[in-house]
Amino acid sequence: MPLVKQGRITTDLFVHVADGAELPGDGAILIPAARFLEDPEGLLKRAGKVGVIWPNNRDLDDLVPYLGRLDAVALMFPSFRDGRAYSQARLLRERHGFDGELRATGQVLRDQFVFMLRAGFDTFEVKKDSDAEAFASTAKSYSVFYQPTGDGRLTALHRRMQLRHSESAGQ
Amino acid sequence: MYAYDELDRTLINERVSEFRDQVKRRLSGELTEDEFKMLRLQNGVYLQLHAYMFRVAIPYGTLSSKQLRALARVGRRYDRGYGHFTTRQNIQFNWIKLAELPDALADLAEVGIHAMQTSGNNMRNVTSDQWAGVAPGEVEDPRIWSEILRQHTTLHPEFSFLPRKFKIAITASEHDRAAIKVHDIGLRLYKNAEGETGFEVLVGGGLGRTPFIGKTIKPFVHGRDILSYVEAILRVYNQYGRRDNIYKARIKILVHELGIEKFAREVDEEWRQMGDVGLTLDHSVIEEVRSRFSYPAYEKLPHMPDELKQAAHDPLFERWRRNSVFPHKVQGYSIVTISLKPVGAPPGDATSDQMDAVADLADRYSFGEIRVGHEQNLCLPHVAKRDLPQLWKALDRIGLATPNVNLVTDIIACPGLDYCSLANARSIPIAQELTRRFANHDTAELIGRLHINISGCINACGHHHVGHIGILGVEKNGEEFYQITIGGRADEGAQMGTLIGPAIPYAEVADVIEDIVEAYLALRDRPEELFVDAVKRLGVEPFKERVYATR
Amino acid sequence: MTSPLQQKIKITGPSMVTANRTWDGVVIYRTAQQGWSANLSDAAIVRTSDEARTLLNEATADDVGAIGPYIAPVELKDGGEIKPGNLREHIRSEGLTIDLLPVPA
Ligand code: HEM
Ligand code: SF4
Repeated sequence: MPLVKQGRITTDLFVHVADGAELPGDGAILIPAARFLEDPEGLLKRAGKVGVIWPNNRDLDDLVPYLGRLDAVALMFPSFRDGRAYSQARLLRERHGFDGELRATGQVLRDQFVFMLRAGFDTFEVKKDSDAEAFASTAKSYSVFYQPTGDGRLTALHRRMQLRHSESAGQ
Repeated sequence: MYAYDELDRTLINERVSEFRDQVKRRLSGELTEDEFKMLRLQNGVYLQLHAYMFRVAIPYGTLSSKQLRALARVGRRYDRGYGHFTTRQNIQFNWIKLAELPDALADLAEVGIHAMQTSGNNMRNVTSDQWAGVAPGEVEDPRIWSEILRQHTTLHPEFSFLPRKFKIAITASEHDRAAIKVHDIGLRLYKNAEGETGFEVLVGGGLGRTPFIGKTIKPFVHGRDILSYVEAILRVYNQYGRRDNIYKARIKILVHELGIEKFAREVDEEWRQMGDVGLTLDHSVIEEVRSRFSYPAYEKLPHMPDELKQAAHDPLFERWRRNSVFPHKVQGYSIVTISLKPVGAPPGDATSDQMDAVADLADRYSFGEIRVGHEQNLCLPHVAKRDLPQLWKALDRIGLATPNVNLVTDIIACPGLDYCSLANARSIPIAQELTRRFANHDTAELIGRLHINISGCINACGHHHVGHIGILGVEKNGEEFYQITIGGRADEGAQMGTLIGPAIPYAEVADVIEDIVEAYLALRDRPEELFVDAVKRLGVEPFKERVYATR
Repeated sequence: MTSPLQQKIKITGPSMVTANRTWDGVVIYRTAQQGWSANLSDAAIVRTSDEARTLLNEATADDVGAIGPYIAPVELKDGGEIKPGNLREHIRSEGLTIDLLPVPA
């Protein structure tokens, strides 16, 4: 499965560690939430980056205390139609100020890229090669946005207000 | 009228390009139907029995004549020369080809019309009072707020994959013509004691399998905070709404399961934590949106022009005027409802030729503006009273002057088994038969206001729960049967109807409805007592007895 | 969508497999030649649940050509003529049961 990070296909430095599997001695790991919460302090002390895979039906409150020390959070899209992780992503970025890697995992298809980028994701485990290859062009498929989110893109309303001001300043 | 600017136009065009690419990938096999289904639904494309169906949004029910002509053209070029106006200010085309849909969308984009989010589990077309901006006594034009919400809900990056569809309606009048109590969020615009504009916010209304009347979650939310408050509701719903069972996924179930108090606390907590995230609508923002609505330059006209006095001698004109012409906030003008319910025709259908003709009449008599209401009728919102007789003649020539607005033949009906793949039973032929039974307009006028609503299955697209008489198609051993409810209403006194007894077969429905109406005529205490009021006073018993005594 | 392989399939009389054609939505019927036809008279008729499952599996495999294949009952007339087995299929094959507004051709 190709990984797209910051707009480009790259090799994934993180290893998904399944629930019962042994932890690698070093290197970057992504571990399931429940396992992480069993021993967060121990895991965060280990050499190598640590990321957590957070289920989309679990409250973020349990994760928030560790955000500052986590390198990555992976949020889950068990199906294309399940949009809970969009809310989680925005909350992590916009409310809790998480600035590490925010990764989308699961059913990640081309047609969600723009929404995901706007919600704060910067890394994507894309299901299909063709979608990963189309990332850059897809990300540019929209230039107008109606809602303010943490991604800093100007909203249509903002641009209109700016236009008004510059028009009235020019008079 | 709201005028799209360059930004709105760019966004719609970008959407069309995206969908064109998606259709291409589907037709080439790159996308499976499973993957594509969600994408087409986000663009208003369903699959019905015979073909694809294409649902186009008419935000808050306002159309320009140019836009109506574009809809007519789509009907002619890509469909079979007609369209169906729905109960949620949309129009549906029933025979569209997937391969041609991107072109149809591109044609519509040229006049600022789109089909984004007219189906799928997202925020649907924000609907409003079809008399917005012209109704006497209105607080202010609710479409300003509908437009703000339309923009905010369009391609929302967080709420485009909700547990289920989400419908918002807004009214700014005492009398609710937008059915806000049966919407996921209903907004009632009013001014509080301090003279500030804001909303009573209702949540959790809806029809379908488990009908609920919306409950007030906050009696007053200041206008400047309405976006953030709606956002808070949606965030709570997106996270906690049920995704395990499609029949329990609407927000009404969440509100019901948590109870309105607990749900309200969750929303308040989210709202409090949200803080200032750029959603506050300060005065200048609202004015910016308001400035892009244009209003006609009304003339100063007499209340009772000579043309109208003269025409009053024609009883046919008078009957139509009594029935279809309503007071306007500006002296000398009227609001005219155009009935799309001619005797024997499918409710809400209009041919492309009729659409073109209405567009012409709108140019001539209504400042180029047309409205679409939830009763599946059209409306010309600014007709000078002196023009009424001319307009009536012109409408009559194209079969659009049926004087039955709000009467027994002004039936709301879903497509039913003639088109819909979810249907149990047919709706349209029942409606057609009923219009024939009550074809005598004098009788209909004598009966008075009576709304019959028909759905072909429990999804309730035809609003049967809130019909004064509701007819619901069910299936029994492969045969079409119908349950009859009475006493429902969709307005500010919204209420679900009560079932009168066992379902009846297709062939008997019209007889049963006639029996109910006859019983009402015999039982009402005076001619002014409406059918719903008589049901309220008497209960269902006498009607039930009349229907089942001989069956 | 549940794969037909996992669905329990039980037919009680002669049946066919029908779907809608992907590019234009037109009603189509699975034929015995592993293709599709817009005429009910061309439909492959199955009489056992196993046959029905096989026909449905073949039909479902053509995801590019057809949407939502399913098994539906038919009625076989004495002359071998195939008729739709229920009202829904009758409407799908014969068209609307209602009068429309007159649309000039
Ligand atoms: C073939 C076309 C249609 C399909 C497949 C369809 C599907 C559905 C479904 C599944 C529901 C139930 C949703 C729920 O309860 O969660 C529903 C509700 C509804 N639909 Fe449709 N519908 C169709 C056509 C229409 C038409 C023509 C109208 C308007 C005349 C309409 C307006 C509505 C309304 C008002 C509701 C109920 C209100 C509510 O959402 O609670 N639909 N539809
Ligand atoms: S009520 Fe049922 S039959 Fe009627 S349009 Fe809705 S889903 Fe179809």
